[in-house]
Amino acid sequence: MSAVIEEYHHDHQHGPDKGILRWVLTTNHKDIGTLYLWFSFLMFLLGGSLAFVIRAELFQPGLQIVDPGFFNQMTTMHGLIMVFGAVMPAMVGLANWLVPMMIGAPDMALPRMNNFSFWILPFAFSMLVSTLFMEGGGPNFGWTFYVPLSTTYGPPSTTFFIFAIHLMGVSSIMGAINIIATILNMRAPGMTLMKMPLFVWTWLITAYLLIAVMPVLAGAVTMMLMDIHFGTAFFDAAGGGDPVLFQHIFWFFGHPEVYIMILPAFGVVSQIIPTFARKQLFGYDSMVYATASIAFLSFIVWAHHMFTVGMPIAGELYFMYATMLIAVPTGVKVFNWLATMWQGAMTFETPMLFAIAFVILFTIGGFSGLMVALVPADFQYHDSYFVVAHFHYVLVPGSVFSIMAAAYYWLPKWTGNMYDETLGKLHFWLSFIGVNVAFFPQHFVGLAGMPRRIPDYALQFADYNMISTVGAFLFGFSQLLFLFIVIKCIRGGEKASDRVWEGAHGLEWTIPSPAPYHSFNTPPRDLSDAHS
Amino acid sequence: MDKTKHYRWLIALWLLMTSSMAGADWWDVNLREGVTAISRDVYDLHMTIFWVCVVIGVIVYGVMFVSMVLHRKSRGVQPATFHENTHLEIIWTVIPVLILIAIAWPATTTLRDMYDSGDSTLDIKVTGYQWKWQYTYVNDDPAKEVEFMSNMLTPPDEIENRAAKREYYLLDVDNPLVIPTDTRVRFLITSEDVIHSWWVPDFAIKKDAIPGFVHTAWTIVEEPGMYRGQCAELCGRDHAFMPVVVRAVPPDEYETWLAEQQAEARQEYETMEKEWTREELMAKGEEVYTQSCANCHKANGEGIPPAFPPLTGGELTTGPIEGHADIVLNGKSGTAMQAFGNQLSAAELAAVITYERNALGNSVGDMIQPKKVNEMLSRAE
Amino acid sequence: MATEQSYETYYVPHKSWLPIFASLGLFLTVYGGGHILNDMTAGEAHSSGTWILLAGGLITAVTLFSWFRKVIEEDHARLYSAQMNRTYVWSMWWFIFSEVMFFAAFFAALFYIRYYVVGWLGGEGERGPTDMLWPEYTPEWPMLNTPDPAKYPGAKEAMGPWGLPLINTIILVSSSVTVTFAHHGINENKRKKLINWLAVTVLLGVLFLAFQVYEYYHAYTAMGLTLNAGIYGTTFFMLTGFHGAHVTLGTIMLLVMLIRAMKGHFTADNCFGFEASVWYWHFVDVVWLGLFLFVYIMGS
Repeated sequence: MSAVIEEYHHDHQHGPDKGILRWVLTTNHKDIGTLYLWFSFLMFLLGGSLAFVIRAELFQPGLQIVDPGFFNQMTTMHGLIMVFGAVMPAMVGLANWLVPMMIGAPDMALPRMNNFSFWILPFAFSMLVSTLFMEGGGPNFGWTFYVPLSTTYGPPSTTFFIFAIHLMGVSSIMGAINIIATILNMRAPGMTLMKMPLFVWTWLITAYLLIAVMPVLAGAVTMMLMDIHFGTAFFDAAGGGDPVLFQHIFWFFGHPEVYIMILPAFGVVSQIIPTFARKQLFGYDSMVYATASIAFLSFIVWAHHMFTVGMPIAGELYFMYATMLIAVPTGVKVFNWLATMWQGAMTFETPMLFAIAFVILFTIGGFSGLMVALVPADFQYHDSYFVVAHFHYVLVPGSVFSIMAAAYYWLPKWTGNMYDETLGKLHFWLSFIGVNVAFFPQHFVGLAGMPRRIPDYALQFADYNMISTVGAFLFGFSQLLFLFIVIKCIRGGEKASDRVWEGAHGLEWTIPSPAPYHSFNTPPRDLSDAHS
Repeated sequence: MDKTKHYRWLIALWLLMTSSMAGADWWDVNLREGVTAISRDVYDLHMTIFWVCVVIGVIVYGVMFVSMVLHRKSRGVQPATFHENTHLEIIWTVIPVLILIAIAWPATTTLRDMYDSGDSTLDIKVTGYQWKWQYTYVNDDPAKEVEFMSNMLTPPDEIENRAAKREYYLLDVDNPLVIPTDTRVRFLITSEDVIHSWWVPDFAIKKDAIPGFVHTAWTIVEEPGMYRGQCAELCGRDHAFMPVVVRAVPPDEYETWLAEQQAEARQEYETMEKEWTREELMAKGEEVYTQSCANCHKANGEGIPPAFPPLTGGELTTGPIEGHADIVLNGKSGTAMQAFGNQLSAAELAAVITYERNALGNSVGDMIQPKKVNEMLSRAE
Repeated sequence: MATEQSYETYYVPHKSWLPIFASLGLFLTVYGGGHILNDMTAGEAHSSGTWILLAGGLITAVTLFSWFRKVIEEDHARLYSAQMNRTYVWSMWWFIFSEVMFFAAFFAALFYIRYYVVGWLGGEGERGPTDMLWPEYTPEWPMLNTPDPAKYPGAKEAMGPWGLPLINTIILVSSSVTVTFAHHGINENKRKKLINWLAVTVLLGVLFLAFQVYEYYHAYTAMGLTLNAGIYGTTFFMLTGFHGAHVTLGTIMLLVMLIRAMKGHFTADNCFGFEASVWYWHFVDVVWLGLFLFVYIMGS
């Protein structure tokens, strides 16, 4: 037995292995964080290429490039890949890198399971993407896969789509359990819950949401699987079921899922704005309570995605009121960020630019969100491009911008080198302009009556679709610049100091840059700088 | 750092946005007011919430920009140290709640009006199919029941850019739904296959058509005219190509129209009873084939294998006629082949089955009478 | 919170082949399973799917076995601290919470169908005009006659609660008691008591499963109650079936704990594996009580 102990203790002090096996076998939270982030970026480019196909087809009215059936596969895969492959893994990657460093832990609570959670994803997405090459084509029923289009009328590859969702669910649940166990159990002595950085708080709540709703999604796809292959009648009125039942279950998952993608973004922005305003975050406590309220509300508003499915009026009213309430805690957050900036001493490095753009543009998405919450008006907005504009405003300049802000903010800590500030700013402005040119006109065509998920449209929508396509390509190609900046930063550059940013606070800034392979083998004793 | 460069970018962006807006018709960038009391209420609600958002936006963004201009390190300011203010936090929690209540009020009233369907004088059943709408003027007397399909009129040549796109591209149908103005019309909306959504922006009606269930919506249209919308729920390959067109006419004109339709329906009923000649069946069959079958099975019957099998020399089209008729009437589950039993009249069905067996390179030589098809249909029910 | 002492010895394992093999195993299992299902529905002969499934299942099983063995070895090598134990405890509870949510989806489906859909199909409420599509249908629960009997034949009768289901309830509730006795055994350092009561619990679990298999057989052969009998058969089999699958898993967990107990594992203050299985078993028990009430008693 003693030999075993020695072996383990010996290995414990090792740095990383060399070569590809380092990444396959690793149990290190930083390695796994890196894997998640690169995987996410790869998926972001893949999902983006599919968006290119969509926007290219929509550049002009008429069918130019793809068949309508293939177009539907593109919209479906674009949504699935961006939600499950790009945004979620990026957030998990950030959590992996940052949570242990921020709370002064040696690693994640369950390091081997951590790697398991990651390695499921490449398999799951290979299977998902391979459906595009199967007979009958890939999933073509939208990322919300409403039945019976996705069951009775779905292609045979739907079975593999369902199993891919199962795998992603397993990965997410294990990842979330790991994060919760880490946060609740691995904090440095003295770091009480209300002293945790906000990013850690938002991830604690996000992980809880994940564990609560991913199994519900698994239940929904399992019911589909049974209806397709075993003759059950969950979603078929002929047997006493109801297609709307699927939508209820899906959105009970789907709405919290939206917050799973945005709460960590709130956390990121709450770290960055105080740093560059050189001023403590305003209203820390209310930020925590607002995050928790949003998470709670996310469970009781799901049917606002389904106002047109013929619900009784009591249901419509309840879901409308509950949904409107979300504006209150969200407003509190925006006002807090504003108050943090107020009378600070701001500088506008790239992470700050992305964070400020996040606040501005996410708020636009919040406004349109308030509009679609009103049932009578939603009868006009629902399933139109107005909704497409709404959720792209919360997801792209929302979640995605926060991920980019985080990347710029912590890259010096991760790599030990400063990124190229000039190129970073260029990347920001190209993205900022691209995103607005792409998505703002979609509000107009939506209001004017253009339905979503169509490969061809009536002539009056032509101008804005053309503008939108130009913006989408601008935004998409700008991300190659991001790739270049990141690679350049990894390969070298001005050496970063430990603190990196003048106004930065938090345990991750107390260790050297780049962060050593094992950051807190013994817990930090001085927590005076732990709280931003 | 040169900040003015950034402002220039912003100004350029703003100019781009506003100039493209100025060039467009207001109706291209905003909701339509529509032609019913309800749709105008919805429009007012939309504009109210829009202006509320604009005002909040101006205040929030205004404060933010002032802060970004004044509170920057390059101006040599020292950061303040405050990080909470209970009064402020209570204020910005309470005020939004009050604003929300103020908005919820009109939204609730409008919604209650929408759900208060009252007694309608006219019931029209709207059935979604992949990818067309069927309209049934519900009548207790089956001989008087008017029922027709509404297909998109835009030809493939326009869609595939071989011909110039005309006005109402993708928004024109062969048989629009006809309703009387100033009359309460109730729509009974359902679907035969997947979920569709029946949307007429000018009536502020959007209701999902769910297979196996019937949802209701109602309207009182005040002005005669053509009102166009589209299917709003993804329903498969040709989701973009199933427009909704409603023609609202004055009540007396509507009565005339309905009488004509009912006469036609009766005629249809009678033609089903008579014995058809092969030539009659073949002539009608070709017409029906082009309209309903050629999209998938192609004009010459070669199909697009494997999804859409060829009819020329096909196992079914040259096998026993009952089997062939069964598939045409009831569809084939698990494939794209729909059940046409509800979509076409008995005469049309008999004609197209006969046509498929004796044209497209087939020459089986037999035929089927509308009467026989009708028997098969009623047996299925 | 953690004392500094325990904190400093938190064990971080070194590189491991387990995760990649576990991922591969899972992937092959579902990939093979997908092929089998698709072939089955398309009516084709089974292709390579069976072999992929078997290979995946084997890899998963071997990997899981090695994984648990590794963890047990590390525990015996005293690499784990009290803090590590808390990690396991948190993780197990959150895992059980995720299982609760999985069942919640199916229970919610049952309630929604029962309290809304049946009425709508029969002509009540907001979607009442639906009855024009199903003129022959009369609303009832359990739904023995479906709206379209040609597609979903319906069942001859519903599964009553007072026969086998009641016996199974008694079995499962007793097993929760016996497993508590086993727990006492370990707390009192009486290994014999632990082993005996654990063995009884495992037997009760097997007995429960045997009765359930018989119940299904009876449903299919004598009652016309099948998976495609309509929504009643659907909810009945899916809820009880997933519960049965969890009982199976729980029984296997307890069986492994029994074997470990016989090999001399576990002490009163170090028996996380055993306790986790016990929690899981109680969870399965509680789900059953929900089923007994909502599926059997209120469903017939």
